[in-house]
Amino acid sequence: MNVRQRLIEEASQAILIKDGPYGTAIQNAKLSAEDYAGETGLSADQKGNNDLVNLTQPEVIRSICDRYIAAGARVLATNTFNANRISQADYGAEELVGEINRAAARIIREAVDAAKAKDGIERFVCGAVGPTNKTLSLSPQVEDPGYREVTFDEVKDVYREQCAALVEGGCDCILIETVFDTLNCKAAIMAVRELADEMERDIPLMISLTLTDLSGRNLSGHTVEAFWYAVRHANPVAIGLNCSFGAEQLRPHVQLLSSIADTLLLAYPNAGLPNELGEYDERPEETAGLVRQWAENGRVNILGGCCGSTPEHIAAMARAVAGMPGRKIPERDTKMRLAGLEPFTIAA
Amino acid sequence: MSDLSTARFVNIGERTNVTGSARFKKLVMADDYADAVEVARQQVENGAQIIDVNMDEGLLDAKQAMTTFLKLITAEPDIARVPVMIDSSKWEVIEAGLQCVSGKPIVNSISMKEGEDAFLQQARKCMNYGAAVVVMAFDETGQADTKERKVEICKRAYDLLTGIGFPPEDIIFDPNVFAVATGIEEHDRYGLDFIEAVREIKAACPHAKTSGGLSNLSFSFRGNEMVRRAMHSVFLYHAIPAGLDMAIVNAGQLDVYDQIDPDLRDACEDVILMRPVEGEESATERLIALAESYKGRSKEDDRQAAEWRGWPVERRLEHALVKGIDAHVVEDTEEARLNAEKPIHVIEGPLMDGMNVVGDLFGSGKMFLPQVVKSARVMKKAVAHLIPFIEAEKEAGAKKKGTIVMATVKGDVHDIGKNIVGVVLQCNGYEVVDLGVMVPWSRILAEANDNDADMIGLSGLITPSLDEMVTVAEEMQTAGMTMPLLIGGATTSKVHTALKIDGAYEGPVVHVLDASRAVGVASRLLSDTQRDAFVEQTAAEYEDVRAKRANKGQSDLMPLAEARANAFVADMDEKPAAPAKPGLHVFDHWSLADLRETIDWTPFFRAWELHGNYPAILKDEVVGESARALWSDAQAMLDRIVEEKWLTAKGVCGFWPARREGDDVVLGNGVRLPFLRQQVKKSRDRANFCLADFIDESDDWIGGFAVSIHGIDDHIAHFKAENDDYSDILLKALADRFAESFAERLHQHVRTDLWGYAPGEQLTNEALIKEQYRGIRPAPGYPACPDHSLKPILFHLLQAEAKTGVQLTESFAMLPTAAVSGFYFAHPASEYFGVARVGRDQLEDYAERREVDLATAERWIRPNLD
Repeated sequence: MNVRQRLIEEASQAILIKDGPYGTAIQNAKLSAEDYAGETGLSADQKGNNDLVNLTQPEVIRSICDRYIAAGARVLATNTFNANRISQADYGAEELVGEINRAAARIIREAVDAAKAKDGIERFVCGAVGPTNKTLSLSPQVEDPGYREVTFDEVKDVYREQCAALVEGGCDCILIETVFDTLNCKAAIMAVRELADEMERDIPLMISLTLTDLSGRNLSGHTVEAFWYAVRHANPVAIGLNCSFGAEQLRPHVQLLSSIADTLLLAYPNAGLPNELGEYDERPEETAGLVRQWAENGRVNILGGCCGSTPEHIAAMARAVAGMPGRKIPERDTKMRLAGLEPFTIAA
Repeated sequence: MSDLSTARFVNIGERTNVTGSARFKKLVMADDYADAVEVARQQVENGAQIIDVNMDEGLLDAKQAMTTFLKLITAEPDIARVPVMIDSSKWEVIEAGLQCVSGKPIVNSISMKEGEDAFLQQARKCMNYGAAVVVMAFDETGQADTKERKVEICKRAYDLLTGIGFPPEDIIFDPNVFAVATGIEEHDRYGLDFIEAVREIKAACPHAKTSGGLSNLSFSFRGNEMVRRAMHSVFLYHAIPAGLDMAIVNAGQLDVYDQIDPDLRDACEDVILMRPVEGEESATERLIALAESYKGRSKEDDRQAAEWRGWPVERRLEHALVKGIDAHVVEDTEEARLNAEKPIHVIEGPLMDGMNVVGDLFGSGKMFLPQVVKSARVMKKAVAHLIPFIEAEKEAGAKKKGTIVMATVKGDVHDIGKNIVGVVLQCNGYEVVDLGVMVPWSRILAEANDNDADMIGLSGLITPSLDEMVTVAEEMQTAGMTMPLLIGGATTSKVHTALKIDGAYEGPVVHVLDASRAVGVASRLLSDTQRDAFVEQTAAEYEDVRAKRANKGQSDLMPLAEARANAFVADMDEKPAAPAKPGLHVFDHWSLADLRETIDWTPFFRAWELHGNYPAILKDEVVGESARALWSDAQAMLDRIVEEKWLTAKGVCGFWPARREGDDVVLGNGVRLPFLRQQVKKSRDRANFCLADFIDESDDWIGGFAVSIHGIDDHIAHFKAENDDYSDILLKALADRFAESFAERLHQHVRTDLWGYAPGEQLTNEALIKEQYRGIRPAPGYPACPDHSLKPILFHLLQAEAKTGVQLTESFAMLPTAAVSGFYFAHPASEYFGVARVGRDQLEDYAERREVDLATAERWIRPNLD
């Protein structure tokens, strides 16, 4: 069986646990500007460039990954949310994109291989790809709604560079996460499909949407259902929702996506909603209790955490759903499914 | 699966197509994109489900124009909500467009004109961009003109595409519409060849769709709009049943098929369908000759003015409203508009005055629902005429009493009741935003906010809709809304509203029993003086319901084991013999004339809120006149339904060896049908019934059936386009009656022939309606078998979807809506009963038997739980 088949098989039998975020954990390591920059010789201040840490302080990333593995995570993402040419340009580090991603993939690969050598359990390495900070669907200039900061081909090339490096570094699949602009996501899909064609291999995709309001739309305005139809051609091994809000508010949207998507369902909500100080104070047991309901209702295959989640949250989730079967994947239907911002179906 | 956005036939507008709209072309050529965007907006507002964008004009930089326009409409949520069709003959323009569109668009078009390699390369690109494609029937040697070529090219393209993994449901074939009646004999077959090719392509290429551009067809009649419209309508009328899924056409340039002058219609049909004609003239010559007489002619010329036509215009409008006559309303409204200072004054003046008269007559019981709906049709047509003028003046809308957002909830497709309530509210000056059927809660909430609604009305017919209503209430609560929530529909009740919905939402929740109460409830909720008292009184009533319910306690339920011990014991010596004709029996088109004979009319009148039994109701002192008028309209429509074959009655039934195992019936093929048992304590010696009691523990039989009435959609669409709610509701009510009648007739056929346990049965129609026969046909979702979720099992056994085309929604509602399904029990002692309330013990037991988790089972049978 290849990676895609193994993932589907494993996540159907029992719910797989995904890791949590790296950002908070890296902040807790209290690195100095010098620690961040390491020996890269970059002139700009690198403090806060969490992706660069893969290159300059790999042991910090390794220890976070080891804690998620210890918590029970079997789907491990790379620390590469902003490791793309557009985002790294803010730090003047765009020439290091290839190196950062290869290093990031290697760290997780090694951690996962080491763990397997001890316990024999298979884990999956996902190359995490963020949305970049430019959008293909919206104009940054209020007075000129037709203006775009970037073109489709530019964004596609940016994703292509990042994904090629991630795969080279040893990732099993690519996770396009926190999708706020559906067109950016479509450019990423195109990049990965072209890469896969060129390498003559399958690169399984996981795609995770983020919602910007409770009615269930992302920033580019797509409803959950419309989004699924817009990206279904990617034949993703998993589709899901992350970030947005806490599990409580994410519930109806997970439920909807779960009922229509003929692939694995992935969900990694924030640890509740931030308080007045912007901190997340939902306790691990609370989050675990909420996502357990999804598992009980047969809504999910892969569960993890986003903003505010800690290895303790992940461990609590792992305990809460231990041994519970994964959601049954609905059969693919053969209706013509189109989408604007809203779904449109033509009956078979 | 999806919400109301599921379509069966799609009209694709050509207003944003430079080759189809002179105005759009002018705007784009002049770089006036702001107004060009407005054209797209209007098109979507007028109901376009997909917008076709085409910039192929020699003097334009098509690539530049395409991307500019697509980026601009992306910024307009009212436009961008629908999918785009990127239309160009140049691949580079298409690809540039694909890079600007974020949903899932359609590419129009690609073809094998340049050979297989180029074709497949473009198809792969479309797949990578996530787009559906229109494939023109065009190959290396040219465009397909004959039926054979059309089918051959499409099939070849289909095999090539599916061979590279292109999803077949993302393919749309355009087999080329060409001009007919050109005077060249080879062109005569073009219309018929297209229609026949569509039928064969659909059969040869599973899941693929078909499309066509209509304007070519009538090219010989440029300048003669009446003939062109008739030709397009006639063409679609025949092409849609053949399998045409979409067409590019200006929706404003279509006529209602039934309203085309019969001479013209026949002549068009002769030409398009190549029907043999008598006499010297060919069909083409006759149409050309006839076309001369339609040049510049309007439809209304030859109508004779009745006496009332001589009255002053205000009085004519009132008369038309009260009598429900729509023949002259547009011209009268126009006359009133020309007299008025502002168009809005026509609404606020004579039209509202007329509707007030209608409202008073209805309120005082002198007018009944069918007449009110007819009046509303007249009003809608008048208002539709005025709206463009009002908008041109950019005035505020007419002073309205309040805005109500109404919807049939997600998973449910029934809307007769909701439409009636909507019409009644509109007649009384409320603005109704009708979201249609299968509406998810997110859209209900969003539309309520966007429209600044004063209240929300939810409707539903099947029991799972009750749960969905609770979800809507919960989400309204979560969203912090406070507006009143009205609950209506056959399955809803004051008790359910009080127990489940009222508790989920802190704002006012009111159950509305029927349409006649809707206005009273709405007006009190919006009244400054009465609102608080009414809300308080309703809340107190519901509190009372809850208290009574709580006091009732569990005392009247017995444990499941005890109920089972008190099961009904049927004498199995009397069980039916094996069916004479076992297996599945499929009926593709049961005669409508036959079904008409056995219609049960009493429920028909009840749907219109006219209470009384048929036929006595026709002579009723109070409602008799109204009932007679409705009856005669229904008969007139029935005549046309039967003669013109508007509808098709399809059904399937089957019989399977079965045995009882506890409360389950287990079929010979291993399929298990778990049923529910009455648990309410019985007085005296009544048993606690369960449907399984009617089946023996070995060597017995059970049957099942599904019947449905198809073909209503196109007619409903015509009525909607004509603002004709009356005919819309009438047709839906009649289709429901046909379905019920079909279920009754099929059951009779089963008893006397297919199963054959009552071969000599002789029953009158009255006796049939009173069910004075042996055996029952309980339906999932009804009292004896309250769980709708048995339907998928039944449908699977019957292969109902494949055999008859009837489908189930996520909440197990049947599509088409006019449908009945159920099980056959043939034991002479079998009878209908209501399962009523069941206990937690049975719920747990049932979940285990159905092999689902407790929450799922609870959702399924919630109406029967405390």
